[in-house]
Amino acid sequence: MDYRSTTIDELRHLVSERAISGETVLLNMGPQHPSTHGVLRLLLELDGEIVVTCIPDIGFLHTGVEKNMESKTYQQAEVMTDRLDYLNPLGNNLTYCLAVEKLTELDVPPRAQALRVILAELQRISSHLLWLGTSGLDLAAMSVFLYAMREREMILDIFEMVAGQRMMTTYIRPGGLWRDVPAEFEDTVRHVLDILPRRIDEYESLLTTNPLFLERTRGIGVLNTQQCMELGLTGPVLRATGKAYDLRKARPYSGYEQYDFNIPTQHDGDVYARYLVRVAEMRESIKIVEQALDKLPTGPVRSSNRKYVPPPRSEIGVSMEALIHHFKLWTEGFRPPVGHVYAATESPRGELGVYLESDGSPKPYRVHMNTPSFANLQAMPVLTKGHFVADVVGIIGSIDIVLGDADR
Amino acid sequence: MNETLQAAVQSLQERFQARLSEFRGEISLLVPPEHNVEAAQALRDEFQFEMLLDETAVDYWPQTEPRFHVVAHMYSFIHNTVIELRFPVDGNAPELRSLVTVYPNANWKEREIWDLFGIRFNGHPDLRRIVMPYEWEGHPLRKDYPLGYEEVQFSFNKEQVDRHKRYGKR
Repeated sequence: MDYRSTTIDELRHLVSERAISGETVLLNMGPQHPSTHGVLRLLLELDGEIVVTCIPDIGFLHTGVEKNMESKTYQQAEVMTDRLDYLNPLGNNLTYCLAVEKLTELDVPPRAQALRVILAELQRISSHLLWLGTSGLDLAAMSVFLYAMREREMILDIFEMVAGQRMMTTYIRPGGLWRDVPAEFEDTVRHVLDILPRRIDEYESLLTTNPLFLERTRGIGVLNTQQCMELGLTGPVLRATGKAYDLRKARPYSGYEQYDFNIPTQHDGDVYARYLVRVAEMRESIKIVEQALDKLPTGPVRSSNRKYVPPPRSEIGVSMEALIHHFKLWTEGFRPPVGHVYAATESPRGELGVYLESDGSPKPYRVHMNTPSFANLQAMPVLTKGHFVADVVGIIGSIDIVLGDADR
Repeated sequence: MNETLQAAVQSLQERFQARLSEFRGEISLLVPPEHNVEAAQALRDEFQFEMLLDETAVDYWPQTEPRFHVVAHMYSFIHNTVIELRFPVDGNAPELRSLVTVYPNANWKEREIWDLFGIRFNGHPDLRRIVMPYEWEGHPLRKDYPLGYEEVQFSFNKEQVDRHKRYGKR
């Protein structure tokens, strides 16, 4: 929607009759507003302070990722996936790699599988920590933000240690990982795991029974399971309505079936229930990482299928064949068979799917990211109806959107 | 393929002349575009595919019949299965009936397809652009839409380039 040319006539089918007669007020919230968690514009139709209609307007962060990926090789295109959901880069890498691996029938060594799980779960914790901090901040709980960011920093340090980057990692590659983790990885992760449960207790002591927090979150933005299904909502929003649906259990990938964990659910479907689900999820993620660390296998972290996965550096100097593979893979790329696949993972926000179509050339013919933030945002009109403007802020926080993820 | 999926596939094949293809264990049905709403309705009401996971499109330009495939993925919680429906759409001003009446969350996904591919959805309640600017010309994800640069015209291909230069409008 262009500000210049948006007239009431163009929005007539979206707002109520009372907006046309001037009885209710149309208010722009965003795109530059701290509580919209990015550049999201909401057009609110207000009756006093009550929201009658909410019209989300997205696209401010549209970067044409899908179009760009079509002009890059499969390896190069992976770099773009980091930039989608910038709070879940490893999860995006993982989803894209799962799609490529499904397409090419690549094997992934057990050590790489276990490390993928560890990193994806650490990413989930870090994403939930940022969500906890910022959505607490929206509801005036300033101190939670500072504590949550402190712990998130420790996890980002782990990512920097393994990938050399805190956020744009591109660490998980088709067929395994970029390289093995350093020797101090296990100790560092265990140290973080020792600290985290106590710290999560601290956050909970600040929020879970805080009367002001309860007042702002209970009974706000209620959804039931049926509505969630109709709106295509997955992840914590769906689980807060009592449906124990988690892709890690329903359609396990990367060996999630080996780990023992629960799917936290709540039944109220409001902002508070989503808060409880996410906090419980952080504890479950800690459990998964601990188990994966305990039985972390040794061995290679990259598939030995040289047609898709480049050989290790050490081989290139001594093997002509390895040099040729390396050269071909980095100049031309690999040629997967013709076909199309859909792979999905459980991102911190819900189901993240990648639809990948190949025409047999080294560049993907079509890549589509089915992103949870896009689905979550579509629920805004239903979630905000009849609530105060102040509660809209809490609701945006509770569905945990990342605009890079929604706009792509 | 499990039993429910088998039944669903068989029923769609018989009623709507759907064509089955299987790749890497994924079931894909090519459904004639005139039956798209009925096929989705049957999947939802008779075979418990309650949720539309994803709806997107693929452009096969310069092929024109069909030029596009609209691809929809449905999920069934009870059977824990995903099924893919593909609707071929012809031509440069493609049209298809909207799935909004069956799956309400098709709303934004179809707006995105309209925005990026220029496929018009009949019966859609709010078909506006969603990610591109309001006054944008053309549909960027079409294959004849250049990626950020102007295609250079030489004397030998001047007309050919000219024909598709107006940003995939035709």
